[in-house]
Amino acid sequence: MKPLTAALAVALLAGCAGTPPKSAATDKPYDFAADPYPATYQRVMSPPVLLQHATVLIGNGQRLDDADVLLRDGKIAAVGNGLETTADAVRVDATGKWVTPGIIDIHSHLGVYPSPGASAHSDGNEATAPVTAQVWAEHSIWPQDPGFHAALAGGVTSLQILPGSANLIGGRGVTVKNVSSVSYQGMKFPGAPWGLKMACGENPKRVYGSKGGPSTRMGNIAGYRAAFADAAEYMKKRNEGGKEAEAKRDLKQDTLAAAINGDIRVNIHCYRADEMAIMLDLAKEFGFRIAAFHHGVEAYKIADRLAAEGVCGALWADWWGFKMESFDGIQENIALVDRAPGGCAIVHSDSAEGIQRLNQEAAKVIASAGRAGIAITPEHAIRWITQNPAKAMGILEQTGTLEAGKMADVVLWNGNPFSSYAQAEQVYVDGARMYDRRDPARQPKSDFLLGQDLLRGGVR
Amino acid sequence: MSAASLKRLAVAVALLATTGIASAQDLLIRNATVHTASARGTLQAADVLVRNGRIAAVGSGLAAPGTSVLDAQGKPLTPALFGGVTDIGVEEVSGESATVDNTLALGANAADMQVRPEFDVTLAYNPESVLVPVARVEGIGWTLLSAGTRAGGSFIGGQGGAVRLDGSLDAIGPRTLFMTLGGEAASLSGSSRAAQWMLLDQLVDEVRGRIPADSRFALLTPAGRTTLARYFGGGGRVLVRIQRAADITRLLRWSKQRGVSIALLGAAEGWKVAPQLAAAGVPVFVDALGNLPNDFDEIGATLENAARLHAAGVRVSFSQAGDASHNARKIRQLAGNAVANGLPWEAALAGLTSVPASSFGVGNEVGSIAVGQRADLVLWSGDPLDVASVARQVWLDGRAIPMRSRQTELRDRYLRPGGDLPRAYPDAAR
Repeated sequence: MKPLTAALAVALLAGCAGTPPKSAATDKPYDFAADPYPATYQRVMSPPVLLQHATVLIGNGQRLDDADVLLRDGKIAAVGNGLETTADAVRVDATGKWVTPGIIDIHSHLGVYPSPGASAHSDGNEATAPVTAQVWAEHSIWPQDPGFHAALAGGVTSLQILPGSANLIGGRGVTVKNVSSVSYQGMKFPGAPWGLKMACGENPKRVYGSKGGPSTRMGNIAGYRAAFADAAEYMKKRNEGGKEAEAKRDLKQDTLAAAINGDIRVNIHCYRADEMAIMLDLAKEFGFRIAAFHHGVEAYKIADRLAAEGVCGALWADWWGFKMESFDGIQENIALVDRAPGGCAIVHSDSAEGIQRLNQEAAKVIASAGRAGIAITPEHAIRWITQNPAKAMGILEQTGTLEAGKMADVVLWNGNPFSSYAQAEQVYVDGARMYDRRDPARQPKSDFLLGQDLLRGGVR
Repeated sequence: MSAASLKRLAVAVALLATTGIASAQDLLIRNATVHTASARGTLQAADVLVRNGRIAAVGSGLAAPGTSVLDAQGKPLTPALFGGVTDIGVEEVSGESATVDNTLALGANAADMQVRPEFDVTLAYNPESVLVPVARVEGIGWTLLSAGTRAGGSFIGGQGGAVRLDGSLDAIGPRTLFMTLGGEAASLSGSSRAAQWMLLDQLVDEVRGRIPADSRFALLTPAGRTTLARYFGGGGRVLVRIQRAADITRLLRWSKQRGVSIALLGAAEGWKVAPQLAAAGVPVFVDALGNLPNDFDEIGATLENAARLHAAGVRVSFSQAGDASHNARKIRQLAGNAVANGLPWEAALAGLTSVPASSFGVGNEVGSIAVGQRADLVLWSGDPLDVASVARQVWLDGRAIPMRSRQTELRDRYLRPGGDLPRAYPDAAR
């Protein structure tokens, strides 16, 4: 089956493209989160697919053995034992194999810091001012980054691409489906909220310490407070209507206002427990919610508080020690955040290598937790790389678990995914087989890599 | 293994760790799946006898009256693993330069090249670094300290050496000379990789006296000349960081012509020249997770690099491109993924044990379970190449090391429930 033609896709979307933000002069309130760069993504058409006799991890904590998963019209149609379907369905014998939701990475820089790491491609940090809420990571994405396809082979079907952490407020991140396209709009996850990227601690003060500041942690906090105070004022004027509301749009304030009113989800790079505690107070001061602390190597020190405040910890399995603020990392960090009642633990990558095996990162957490006396089942752990990131990213209604009606984003693994030997055999995005380890016709290759190996064997 | 039997094993190991310290270096481990990393391969239900910190016997039905005995319950026993080429004990916090001693930069900048091959990074090694316990509780027994390259130094970084993570101060075995070639080091050779060959030829001329020591073209100190003379005469391993197939081919020509004994580090495109590497007997240390074209030297990077090199007859080992030091324990994951991508399991284990040991001249001390070797051993909960497994107990010189690190201390402090006093106070007081 072929995807809809580009022309048709454009025609279908013409109605909503370029809609300007509503001004207060009209009957509708000003939209701080209007999208003039909308998704053009269209799923690839596929006949129904029935994955049979698999160990199925639903993604919500449930596990089904010898179970089937039916994909139809791009959606999960059914999950259960001994499913029946129509004759046109493709049947896949998954005996001895495992099926999980498509993996979701909440923290990626694919496309904005792509491979090769050419200086011309270094588009992830607008390191010209400490607050650049006006920039959107999506405008830096190079869709030909070969890392997208490598991540797909690792089962990743959705990812949030964030600006880097040089700035106090780095800009908007975007959620994409991990599909090939010549434009990022062709990857953009329809309806997904943006994420605001903020950064605590060492990075901003290092980058700006000799460029006008901030040069200290107290300078960092003053910087966030000033930015949000400005945004609150802007928001108030816009919302009050009248002449002020007709003033020129301020792209920086639009983003911050949308973060305050919850349309843009706040994601904060923050390693230390004490700094996370400050940021929780900052959020209260300006009335915004924090979706997730990212990196948080000390999240285990405040796991109960994070759970109580409904803030997820998007964390590594074992990174530590590369700078002072990561010196207290432990391998049970994710398990301790997860253990707190109501805790929301997420395994994230921040790495073009790590994103390819988030399942193995989770496996390391299970192993370390086991050594510390905390037993964690596969059906529970899979949530760290499916349901929980989907929740934090605001896409749980569409994907993140294998529940009927959701997008058919599915991975067929060669066995238990929590192993060094686990490999994604097939990856379905919206019901279409977009990667197949055994079928070269379903192995995408970036434009960049095309023709690079014409002389293979010619090096003598 | 059931949770209950795991617990029993843990208890047995704990008892051993507490009661066995005094008599320390004698031990009989019974009923293990012994991965010898030697020609004997894997021995099922086998015993390993340790006397005076060395392996005294490997077989079945061994007896040693009066020696403390551990029943391994069939679990895998391996040599303590190679941790890769790292800066363990040479850096504490990567971002804090005052704690990092892995590179020499006597010159002011890239234009001011200082070639100091006599630089010996092992003299910076701190055996009390917190990185040491963090690595060894994960089954890492030794590592090769790396002399890096940077502006103000040269593409010849200096010398590193093997250190065992047992708290001893000094490196074991011979030193290894570090060199970086190709795009990564072009900024240190006048912005062209071609100049690396020019400069190497110039150094050879200097070492052989064709450029007098007092010539204005001389680059080396007297100690540097002596050092390079040894390596350029084949008397010591030169570990070369290099990625591109064309550069590797040139290096093979150069090393053959000069009689230099090399090993490769990185070698993302090594698979393209695998037969030549095998013919030259060059061991290769790959990052088995490297499959992206990180730069234009690594366009051909593939997860099958290790498997293809091995299939051609190359001795393959591993080293990480990323955070090799703090996260040295990740090297097991590299090996396991190489297996998932076609490398035979035994070859992957050899890559973590015997291949690096023999490559760096310490094969008589570490890297296999064989009579006469140091009793540096690891008992695993399961397949040591699987991230799902953990090290249950590590022995160095036959001593059960405490399975604790700064990380387990932090973990245990926050694992326990809160009390009346803050967590900063000792358990007993709370």
